[in-house]
Amino acid sequence: MQPNPPGSPSDREASGLDRCTGQNANFVPVADPGHEPGRSIGREAPGGARGVEPLALVGRGSREGARLFREWFEQLIDAGRRQEPVAYVFVMGSLVEVLRVFDIHTVFPEINSLQTAVRHVAHDYLSQAEDYGYSPDICGYLKADIAVQLRGGTHPMGTIPKPTLAVATNACNTYIKWAEIWERLYQIPVFTLDIPGSRTPGRGALPGSPEFDRDRSYVAAQIGELIELCERLTHKRFDIDRLREVLEQANRLSAAWKKVLAFNCSVPAPFNALTDGTIFLGMANAFRGLAAGASYFTDLADEMEYKSIHGLGTLREEKYRLLFAGVPCYPIFRRFNEMFSEWGGNFVGSTYLWFASGGANLGFQYDLARPLESLAEGVLLSVRHAMDSMFCSDRALLEMIDPLRADGLVFHPIKSCRTVSTGLADARRALLKACNLPSLFIESDMMDKRVVSEAQLKNRIDAFFEGLAARQQLSVAL
Amino acid sequence: MEEIFSAWRGQSLEQILSLCRELLADPSFPTVRRWRQAGGQVVGHFQVYFPEELADAAGCLPLKIRGAPIEGRQSDARFGSYLCSIVKTSLELALAQQIELDLFVTHPICDAARNLAAVWGRNFAYPCQILYLPQNANSAAALPYLRGEYARLQKVLEELTGRTVTESELRASLQLFNTNRRLLRQLYDLRRQSPWRLSAEESYALLAVGGMIPRSEHNRLLEWVLPQIELRSGKPQDRVRVVFEGGFCEQPPLDLLRIIGESCYVVDDDLLIGLRYLIEDVELEGDPLQNLAHAYLERSTYSPVQHDLRKPKERMLLQRIRSAGAEAAILASAKMCEPGMDELVAYSRALDQEGIPYFVSEFEENMTSFDHLQIQLETFVENLMFA
Repeated sequence: MQPNPPGSPSDREASGLDRCTGQNANFVPVADPGHEPGRSIGREAPGGARGVEPLALVGRGSREGARLFREWFEQLIDAGRRQEPVAYVFVMGSLVEVLRVFDIHTVFPEINSLQTAVRHVAHDYLSQAEDYGYSPDICGYLKADIAVQLRGGTHPMGTIPKPTLAVATNACNTYIKWAEIWERLYQIPVFTLDIPGSRTPGRGALPGSPEFDRDRSYVAAQIGELIELCERLTHKRFDIDRLREVLEQANRLSAAWKKVLAFNCSVPAPFNALTDGTIFLGMANAFRGLAAGASYFTDLADEMEYKSIHGLGTLREEKYRLLFAGVPCYPIFRRFNEMFSEWGGNFVGSTYLWFASGGANLGFQYDLARPLESLAEGVLLSVRHAMDSMFCSDRALLEMIDPLRADGLVFHPIKSCRTVSTGLADARRALLKACNLPSLFIESDMMDKRVVSEAQLKNRIDAFFEGLAARQQLSVAL
Repeated sequence: MEEIFSAWRGQSLEQILSLCRELLADPSFPTVRRWRQAGGQVVGHFQVYFPEELADAAGCLPLKIRGAPIEGRQSDARFGSYLCSIVKTSLELALAQQIELDLFVTHPICDAARNLAAVWGRNFAYPCQILYLPQNANSAAALPYLRGEYARLQKVLEELTGRTVTESELRASLQLFNTNRRLLRQLYDLRRQSPWRLSAEESYALLAVGGMIPRSEHNRLLEWVLPQIELRSGKPQDRVRVVFEGGFCEQPPLDLLRIIGESCYVVDDDLLIGLRYLIEDVELEGDPLQNLAHAYLERSTYSPVQHDLRKPKERMLLQRIRSAGAEAAILASAKMCEPGMDELVAYSRALDQEGIPYFVSEFEENMTSFDHLQIQLETFVENLMFA
């Protein structure tokens, strides 16, 4: 008996992908509860419908994202000054839905660390953590954050407030070790939300099955315990109607996020999954459960719809549509993307947009009639999906190839993140057997510029595009 | 089924220890081959802890997958850089058909190991799974969840073997493993009390073979050798008593343990801690699965890869050092082992606070040169002895 290769009939069934028709449930947007009914992709120009000038509409997502993010940081810094409760959380399973009910601010140390890399100051932070005793071979995000803590919160965006509590899921093991460090530094409560993943990777128990119900009960019980902890820390009673409000905003955001991702099926793609996508991811995490976040993504979907209808892409000529697996190279973020865009390569999809949004790409809609039960179900399904898209990147990419009309695959394992990187080489081998797409395998890091060799990367990338070009010429000749 | 490791019978203690070392070093896993040749099925479980009782009750051989000192010829192509060796060599053993399994189970102990089920599953036709042991041991829901998880695993094993596991079979396995736990506690007691009678390397060899033969056989082996060790002659020497910490997953080479043993008495360690994770007997009365789950949560030791607010790792290490009567610690970490390297910082700070000397080292399972390490270690010991 041979293992089922990705793309085999049973595999397609499990992934919800029909390769014959190119249809994929992941790229069919769910209804946006905050949107007027009757609208569908490609029917009308949304900018005009909302009275926004097209010129103002195009690029609004990036501009607004940057503005809102600055404001979010400022508000965090103020929260620190006012000594309001703050939770340190992570992007996969942040549980902001619960924390917002108690007016607990959320700090995403992963985002803080990423900011140090794109601002080219990460090496200072990494060196400080290494001087403190942490190995050069561990997660760079963790080390940069430890240095931020050792500096009393000093960060390029302002002073990060100290935590009142930490919430970590098991979606990444480093989350747990990281939270243990905060526990030691600040003697704060650490809440580990244990979310059982798929026992056979990529094939989790389906809702309605006894196995799923058991996992959901486990998650629900833990959410109850987190609520009790928040009540104790804030001296506030849990308000289920407030939770409903937060869930409603999260529903709007998830539905719109799923729509945004689906718009990249257009040719040319209206956004770059690597560069624009990183801004969107920051917003999807930091603004989840807020009205401002829901509105941002609803507007973003409008922008993408407009660009899609009018054939507006991100490059003058989108020659190659690429899928990305791994985590971007933030120390040379702009240059890294340029090495692809100079050849007309555009990243139209990535596993990063799935897992780093905590699985929000599923567009899960909480049932407001049974909020707590539905929250447990949504967290379980979304975080489990995030884990599967890291461990089974072959399946995730296979789901994207047809709907996003991909021409090539880029695998980018990094030193800092073994969760994402460990299986990428093997996933690539599996994909090579399952589909006839060229792929590139390059290694660097998301934080540590000491292991980023720009010249070497460029050589490999250039050779990849030369191969792509030759392949395209051959297919035209045939 | 006939014994799959019977060569030790009728041999002297020294010869038995030598046979155990040879078995560990043999990458062809002869005991596993014999088991399969006799028609047995093999459940490979990656480090650290696995409820082996369930596999035993189903009639399977639980095989601890702990890497090997070999080259990753085929597995290297399936992984990127920046990974620990054990992940690569474990897969290599399977790809090179040194071990043949019927089921593979890994655990989310670290970011690399949790990827193994997917990698393994893409390369082999047999079931490859992740066992999600609770990472929120402090939740009231952890026990019913884990009990359910063990019931699920039991069902997987029943499907594999085509037979139903009865409660009495489960209970018999619990009892068998309780005996094994008692014997291993005796082995470690002996090391703590009279380390000159049994070196860390010898003790490790006796412990590790338990992960590759049925526990009934391991019990018979230990029941024979323990009295022999107590009769061993030798006088205590003026050596530093140390605890070795850092062997919970990837294993240091036997030569490394031998070199440490030349200058220190290693009176306790966390080597293959999963084989002795449950520190007390599992209750035999009542629901066996519930009892096994309860023991994991309430009667267990610690490791850097299990999160339990009641067991801060540095405090647990201090407890291990004190109960072993050790004067110092060797803090080791496998190369690229993220949980191990993370914990080194907390360990060293706690030991600094307590004024307990320690020696920090990095190792890899297939390292072959120890000269530098030996000199450093001897200097450390001399500093302690002549301070």
